[in-house]
Amino acid sequence: MAKRIDVTDLDIYYGAFKAVEGVTFSVEPRSVTALIGPSGCGKSTVLRTLNRMHEVIPGAYADGSVLLDGEDVYGSDVDPVNVRRTIGMVFQRPNPFPTMSIKDNVLAGLKLQSGRRPKSEMETVVERSLRGANLWDEVKDRLDRPGASLSGGQQQRLCIARAIAVEPQVLLMDEPCSALDPISTLAIEDLIEELKERYTIVIVTHNMQQAARVSDTTAFFNLAGVGKPGRLIEIAATQVMFSNPTQQATEDYISGRFG
Amino acid sequence: MADLTERERHGSDELLHAALAGGKLPRWAVPALGVGAVLLAFLLNVTTSVDGVAGTLVVAVLIFVGAQTGWSFRVEGRRHAVDRLATTGVYATFLIALAPLVAVLATVIVKGAQVISSTFLLTSMRNVSSVAEGGGVYHALIGTLEQVGIAALIGIPLGILTAIYLVEYAPSARSRRLGHAISFFVDVMTGVPSVVVGLFVYTAFVLTLGMQRSGFAGSIALTILMLPVVVRSTEEMLRIVPRDLREASYALGIPKWRTILSVVLPTATAGIITGAMLAVARVAGETAPLLLTTFLSQSINNDPFSGPQASLPIFIWDQFTRGTDASVNRAWGGALVLIVLVMLLYLTAKIISRFTGVKKF
Repeated sequence: MAKRIDVTDLDIYYGAFKAVEGVTFSVEPRSVTALIGPSGCGKSTVLRTLNRMHEVIPGAYADGSVLLDGEDVYGSDVDPVNVRRTIGMVFQRPNPFPTMSIKDNVLAGLKLQSGRRPKSEMETVVERSLRGANLWDEVKDRLDRPGASLSGGQQQRLCIARAIAVEPQVLLMDEPCSALDPISTLAIEDLIEELKERYTIVIVTHNMQQAARVSDTTAFFNLAGVGKPGRLIEIAATQVMFSNPTQQATEDYISGRFG
Repeated sequence: MADLTERERHGSDELLHAALAGGKLPRWAVPALGVGAVLLAFLLNVTTSVDGVAGTLVVAVLIFVGAQTGWSFRVEGRRHAVDRLATTGVYATFLIALAPLVAVLATVIVKGAQVISSTFLLTSMRNVSSVAEGGGVYHALIGTLEQVGIAALIGIPLGILTAIYLVEYAPSARSRRLGHAISFFVDVMTGVPSVVVGLFVYTAFVLTLGMQRSGFAGSIALTILMLPVVVRSTEEMLRIVPRDLREASYALGIPKWRTILSVVLPTATAGIITGAMLAVARVAGETAPLLLTTFLSQSINNDPFSGPQASLPIFIWDQFTRGTDASVNRAWGGALVLIVLVMLLYLTAKIISRFTGVKKF
């Protein structure tokens, strides 16, 4: 199910502006990879390039290769819509669809991708996805209430349930806890730990402790200065990164000396 | 020593209180000032050259504003005085703005209600002379419903689709030219006087293409007038749909057209419906373009595609220019029917938009 990702020589542009330069790294299947670094260093941009979400911004494009189990997601005959079905994404701010109930939010991907399916199958998907996101017990009695009626932390788990309902192979998370309180954050982190068994996860975070807690591998991004492109400085097993990084910049950032 | 600190502390408490508290006008100040100002103005009306209702009212307001600001300045200080002055100003302008609306509604209801009856709603003006009582708006009501209905049927989808292109497709198009051009012409269309649109439809469709003067020719003119309003309002509504929602949808592997149809449009429904209804209401009262395209008729014509057809605005204009008591009364009746029709449309739109779109808690 879960797939590996190999990124080679990735340059990412917003129009004429080069935001990220020369990024090369790999993500192992069934692992959590954390992308850390100061604001503006391009870690979210790199994340969005992995499922071609980057290009929905007018003028934005990427150069280089992103391989999903050896298949180039930027190949000329590849449909970005299919890429996104395979590589799901959870955003910084919880964004349930305001016109839909909790249940319809979970089913949105399935229904809007490929139309009608038998009702019983839908019910199964709703329960499985909500259980997968640790939200089932809290919402099982009010599946027809609007998604926006939930608390922030619940909304974010609803968004995770929505993302896993379409059964992607990889889950990208862009600072999924930055708008949440510590208890909701803990719930999401526990969830990431469980999801890891079935999905390949790449997570962007500003919270170093979170990176240390949830990830197997950590990648540190940095930029030389304002207006310069961001670069991947170092990537290694999380334990190594946090105890014995090879680069001075990594150590400075992790120990809080800058950024 | 302890005594001293006690006194010091007490002293500083008083200082603190003085710093935090401020003078305040009593609760009864505003109503009392209001009543006082009106009484004083009335007195001036009787004793001096202050004259008339409007004059007395203006004097009363000036007395109220002056007394309140002065008193407040003495007791409460400058900031509160300015605040009260601005508050009074805001309320006063609100009332002034509301006055014409209420006056128009009241006049139309009072004068129109006299002639409204089932006969008035269900008969035409065929064989009814200007001086005679009786007759009705049925033919005009049918005409307006058909003409505006057809205009809405063409104009609303066209306008919404244009707005979708402008918001969802133009920014990512390879060339921005088309988007800019459409946007420019929509702005130009907003400014074209309705009589010019009528003239255009008359020249292009009736004279050049040989179409008859008919309800449908009127509908074309109304569509043209309606289009820019629908485009602009829909555009505004689509722009305030957060980009987050579109991205959430794309990230689920939902194609762009489906995202627009099932995520963006439903989120903006309430606003789009309101905008479309305002556009419909706006053109329902258009007279000039219809005069050139549908002409006028005193009899019932159910077919919008052939022959002159009446409409409410033209009925009102026609009856009013006849000048007899009976016809002027009918004009007021027609005006009331038109206003009620527009209000019904608006209410229906509000009800529809309440049950669709964003779900509340």
